[in-house]
Amino acid sequence: MSVLRFWPSLAILALAAIWTLCLLLAEDQWMIWSALAVAAVAIPAAMRTGAGAGLGAALNESGRFFALLISALIVMIALVIHDGHYPLMMLASVLIYGLVCIGLTIQFGYAGVINFAGAAFFGIGGYTAAVLGTSGVPSLLIVLLGGVIAALIGGFIILPILRTRGHYSALITIAFGLLFQIFLEVNETLGGPQGLKVEGAAIAGWSLLDGISLAGYDASFYLNYVLLIAAIFTAVFILTRNLERSWIGINLDAVREDAIGASVFGINVTAWRIFAFMLGNFVIGIAGALFAMMQNFIAPSNFSFSDSLLMLSIIVIGGIGNLWALLPAAIIVILIPEKLQEIGEYRILIFSVLVALMLRFRPTGLFPRPVRQFKREVEQ
Amino acid sequence: MGSLVEFVFYGAVLGIMYALIAVGFTLFFGVLDVINFAHGDVLTVGAFSGLVAYLGLGVLGVDLPLVLQLVTVVLAACVMTAAAGVLIGKVFVVPMRDAPAFNILLMTLMIGTVFREAIRLFYPQGANPKAFPALISKAAVDVGGVFIRLDSIALLVLGLAVVFLTSWLINHTKFGLAIRAVAQDADTAQVMGIPFKRTVFATFALGSILAGIAGIMHGIYYSEINFNSGLFLGLIGFSAAVVGGLGSIWGAIIGGFTFAALQTVWVVLFPDASSYRDVFSFAVIIVIMALFPTGIIAERYSEKV
Repeated sequence: MSVLRFWPSLAILALAAIWTLCLLLAEDQWMIWSALAVAAVAIPAAMRTGAGAGLGAALNESGRFFALLISALIVMIALVIHDGHYPLMMLASVLIYGLVCIGLTIQFGYAGVINFAGAAFFGIGGYTAAVLGTSGVPSLLIVLLGGVIAALIGGFIILPILRTRGHYSALITIAFGLLFQIFLEVNETLGGPQGLKVEGAAIAGWSLLDGISLAGYDASFYLNYVLLIAAIFTAVFILTRNLERSWIGINLDAVREDAIGASVFGINVTAWRIFAFMLGNFVIGIAGALFAMMQNFIAPSNFSFSDSLLMLSIIVIGGIGNLWALLPAAIIVILIPEKLQEIGEYRILIFSVLVALMLRFRPTGLFPRPVRQFKREVEQ
Repeated sequence: MGSLVEFVFYGAVLGIMYALIAVGFTLFFGVLDVINFAHGDVLTVGAFSGLVAYLGLGVLGVDLPLVLQLVTVVLAACVMTAAAGVLIGKVFVVPMRDAPAFNILLMTLMIGTVFREAIRLFYPQGANPKAFPALISKAAVDVGGVFIRLDSIALLVLGLAVVFLTSWLINHTKFGLAIRAVAQDADTAQVMGIPFKRTVFATFALGSILAGIAGIMHGIYYSEINFNSGLFLGLIGFSAAVVGGLGSIWGAIIGGFTFAALQTVWVVLFPDASSYRDVFSFAVIIVIMALFPTGIIAERYSEKV
């Protein structure tokens, strides 16, 4: 990687981190509006001067370096905030939704399998955590089981998904999402509409609900969750990046772009669709379990059809298939509306107008996924 | 025995409502190959326009007979939903018809959200359910020993009339011929002198009017409307259209009645667990889709390589 690219990219990421920190800590509405104004000026400026393109190229080439760098920046943001419950919770929510969208990217961005039931698989992970929370199973194992069970339950609708195409296939996941939410609302053992209480996470006997306190440095317990979620997010992110850059990613691209062409070249289209769907649901389930543990409480209203749409909006606004775009898009979709209390109840209205306009006038998203370059592979 | 007939009537009224919504989906899909998910919320727009028209009559002090009130309410709903449908078609769907199907799906869902939120925020106390006037008497009539609500009979007749009228419009008029031509092959239709955009917008108006009528029926039947009832009804209508086979009007009607039948059968068989009826219905829908991947009346379709 050229030095010319490296330092400007680093500077942009550092500035982005500082900007996010300011946004998280901003309390007055004018501060939030000016932060948004700064972003509205800075992002096009960065694009114009070529620094943005340099960052894009650097990210596209990079494996784990930039991912680790970004997670280090996230940890730094969290450490600076350290005692603010609310900003840390928002940061953790952005990371959780980012994790969900990694799963959706594997499904839709890579393999082209559409999933309108993201919130349902998120909910399966969450309810797994709620049910197993008191059973004495270690928390990290519960998180993993949340993913496994989400993937297994998703297995029930694999057959119809594989047999159908296009809109018919969209119906399957929509119907499943509705079915799941209605089931939660009427099922008494799972708490009905009131929901369930969830045990917080504990690692090696240490409950994450106890904040760290070191020589005058008192941290919110949310800091623990941010660190845990950031660690899992980074691990999943790096693994998914590797998957994308490997032969598996090429196969998934082929399946998405042209299923018949891919099958002519001996790619097992069915197997790759199943793989992407189950792997995606696994990641979404993990995110759901983490969400439930952090919130301590879940209800069916957390997992409605609108939430599935919110998740899909993140990947569309970011740019379908571009993992690097997920965090900025999650900030736009999750964090900014939450901070803009001024627009209050109008936020869903404004948000849906924005997404509709976005799809109408810039359907590739803010940061479109770059075309795969085969140059490097050939040179080796 | 008596209650069985009541259940059949209940299911039939639901079925005709679902069928009206589903026909809209199938019409849009026919002419443009798109799914318009704002359709359910267009239904809500229709129901609320009808309510506003009714309240407006009251404010103006116009004292019309009940039938004329009903006609006014339905007309108001038709005008507003047709306008909403044409607006969606003109501003969003037609300019985007070459975009990936997923983008259009998500976009129309967002437009539906805009309608829904606008009603919630700008209608006075829009978040609360609104009482809908009983424009048709709810008195029970004795039909051979079975008591049926008068409004359910009237709604069923009205719904069937609208369905047959639509079917006649599609199959026996010049306008219907234009719709069918565009649905088969838009380019050739244009070469033959059929105005493409005008036909498409008229189709959007027609489909949306059906949703508006369904909205009024829903309001009358349940005596209440809610800003978010359209979302769920729209999803049911979509399921019905897909199960029937997209692009086929009779498929949509079959789909609508199938869905209503599933709900009713569950309630009849398991009255204690009636809240699970939608879980059951959607599960059966998924199974049907696994068995008939392109709907019961399959779309004529071949994959070109």
